[in-house]
Amino acid sequence: MNTPADLKYSTNDEWIRVEGDVATMGITDYAQDQLSDIVFVEIVAFEGDSLEQGETCAVVESVKAAADVYMPVGGEITAINQQLVDSPELINQDPYGNAWLIKIKMADSRELDGLMDADTYKNLERDH
Amino acid sequence: MYISHTQADREAMLKIIGVEKLEDLFQCLPDEGKFPELSLPDGITEMEALDELQYISTANETPQELVSFLGAGAYNHYIPAAVDSILMRSEFYTAYTPYQPEIAQGTLQAIFEYQSLIAALTGMDVSNASHYDGATAVAEAVNMAYHNFRGRKKKIILSPSIHPHYRETIHTYMDGVNLEIIGEDLSPESGPDDLIKLIDDQTALVMVQYPDFFGRIYDLTKLSTATHEQKSLFSVHINPISLGLIKPPSEFDADIVTGEGQPLGIPMSFGGPYLGLFATKKQYVRKMAGRLAGETVDTEGKRGYVLTLNTREQHIRREQATSNICTNQGLIALASTVYLSLLGKNGLQELARLNYHKAHYAAEKISAVPGFTVNPVQPFFNEFVVHCPVPAKEVNQSLLKYDILGGYDLGQDYPDLTHELLVAVTEMNTRSEIDFLAAVLEEESHD
Repeated sequence: MNTPADLKYSTNDEWIRVEGDVATMGITDYAQDQLSDIVFVEIVAFEGDSLEQGETCAVVESVKAAADVYMPVGGEITAINQQLVDSPELINQDPYGNAWLIKIKMADSRELDGLMDADTYKNLERDH
Repeated sequence: MYISHTQADREAMLKIIGVEKLEDLFQCLPDEGKFPELSLPDGITEMEALDELQYISTANETPQELVSFLGAGAYNHYIPAAVDSILMRSEFYTAYTPYQPEIAQGTLQAIFEYQSLIAALTGMDVSNASHYDGATAVAEAVNMAYHNFRGRKKKIILSPSIHPHYRETIHTYMDGVNLEIIGEDLSPESGPDDLIKLIDDQTALVMVQYPDFFGRIYDLTKLSTATHEQKSLFSVHINPISLGLIKPPSEFDADIVTGEGQPLGIPMSFGGPYLGLFATKKQYVRKMAGRLAGETVDTEGKRGYVLTLNTREQHIRREQATSNICTNQGLIALASTVYLSLLGKNGLQELARLNYHKAHYAAEKISAVPGFTVNPVQPFFNEFVVHCPVPAKEVNQSLLKYDILGGYDLGQDYPDLTHELLVAVTEMNTRSEIDFLAAVLEEESHD
């Protein structure tokens, strides 16, 4: 399982890459592997919306299941990856690159402290 | 008889809620309302019962026995005998909803063909497998528009010339949703330009009927453009037969097309079961309620059909569902599929022309009767409003004396239109029937 060292991770299997006060987020390699072939992605917020940490920002549907994606940190949505609408399979192919979901202008960078680093995420105990 | 709960189950449940016996649950009912004595007559034989029922049924009057000019949403069209023959085949008639594609290929193929026909007829990218009736379809269109903007746009604009019953259904459906529904109180004479003035950035949906409830046909281009300028959705409710003659709503860039499918080979039968048509653009396919059958190939590469798309929320994320409709009107959709297949493209065009010409002949004859006028300005299809010298209700009463089922008394829904009669003419009305109608109106106007 690929877990890049320069990212932060949430217990809901979202990753976040921080550049200044803007964070880019997506779902992890582990998450895409669990879901299997992704067939549909819907970002359920609009650019300019402000969402809190833990609020639903996207729905990802695979041949096996549908899952909500949550905001790893709160803030204003500054960009949405429109490419995923036509090519949801990008999440399976490149979860940390082309398949980013949204960019967030963080409201409070202290929320990052509650997220995990790569090692902690890798060793996270799974109940399944 | 199978009763799912055992006596022990029932006792356990009563114990938990702290009630001794089942009857205690009905304590709040007044005594005289409980277990009233039914004064039913003595039993009769099947032969006697049938005789009595047949006698009662003679009180009905049907368009087969009367000359009918009644439309207003349900139309008297000819239904080829083959429609019923195919419909009544037990493979179709007794089939359950097609969850198991391996045993439901016939039903699934019929749905797929229905969808293809409706998409072609409306000019839209995709049609769902149908809804229960036109009213359900328009309500689902409002619902879809509301959820498309995730509740951010809270205004729905309804033309006052959408069928009043459909508008009522929309209100029932959306009761409890924080929505503002406007436009209905505009004058019935108003047209698309009057609706444009109501559109703003809070508008989720603009909905019109085409031809409208009064039979009028408007060019909807400007209204559609104005709607899209505010990033709102544009929905058009159609009469499917009219599309054999007039531009499909896709040419006005409609986002949603709904329709009452009853004219497509479905008997009027006291108001139902009917058929709700619902089509949209591909980009909204995931927002569409109901189900969709798709064509695919099986493991051997052979063509097959399967339920391709249900809004996922309805089955696996029900708490997120935006509609509770996940089924379709299977048998009636099949009837319309058979009907459209029998007519074909040319047949439908011919039928639409026939309706148009007969209605225009009737309008001309009626306008020639002193005191009766038909608005000569706005184009219409097979239905038009007649202004009467006396209340429309009285006109209908006079006509019935001659076994003519007159038009629809618009005063029932529009308080200012008590003298307006909505008259529908289809291929079923002969020239002599139309002449007879005009003659009776003339005769009665002298009284």
